Amino acid sequence: MAEAIPSVSVTSQRDIRIVEFTNNRILDEANISEIGQTLTALAEENDPPRLLLDFSNVDHLSSAALGMLINLNNLIKQKNGQLRLAHIKPQIFEVFVITKLNKLFRIWPTRKEALDSFEQ
Amino acid sequence: MGTAPRVLKFEIRSDEAAARKVHRAILAEVKRRRFDADALFAIRLSLGEALTNAIKHGNQRAPHKLVRVEAKIADDQIEIIVEDEGCGFDRAAIPNPTLDENLIKPSGRGIHLIETYMDEVHWSHGGRCLKMIRRNGSRRKLE
Repeated sequence: MAEAIPSVSVTSQRDIRIVEFTNNRILDEANISEIGQTLTALAEENDPPRLLLDFSNVDHLSSAALGMLINLNNLIKQKNGQLRLAHIKPQIFEVFVITKLNKLFRIWPTRKEALDSFEQ
Repeated sequence: MGTAPRVLKFEIRSDEAAARKVHRAILAEVKRRRFDADALFAIRLSLGEALTNAIKHGNQRAPHKLVRVEAKIADDQIEIIVEDEGCGFDRAAIPNPTLDENLIKPSGRGIHLIETYMDEVHWSHGGRCLKMIRRNGSRRKLE
């Protein structure tokens, strides 16, 4: 059986974990659950966690995906960590605006700006 | 002159794989009729949310409960009906997910997205039946 392609790729810069979504859709429950587990593990293993999520490949997401991001944000806050979102395409950014989640998350146009925004 | 409207009807069990097939079939017809990018995005998102709600919250994934979907697709608009066999719900009792106190809650945004992205949304049969309409080329309200 062919190995499933992972839904995210993870790299590091300084002590910041950079997560890039490799699939253009974050829609169905199994996929969201798998991504959620990966992101939760990253938040758990770093103290305090510093995570940057790069959305440059994402064309579609569902409300369940937003829920997964909110859970991650809640966990990172609990651990006094920092979460940044970057490179969100206009149609997807509009979903954040409509749900007012652009007020909850710290969203930056580029990965560089998001990286620079982490506080020491 | 445009192509005659087409009606697609489905009756599926409460599982995601079946819902994905319905989603794909309806989206294929919408694309064939060259709906604009905004409408396509809105329909893809809203149909996905409606199917998820029907399966998960409506039928609570009960294997014997069905979801019925009817999509009437014309060149200028799509009308979609999604009906489940659950207990229904009171739309007015669903909290507004955009209020500050609800922003950190992980669920409850599907209906808000549907009502924002579609031009018309009607609930009937005690919340078990959703009818939504999106016109090709309409501009979305953002609030």
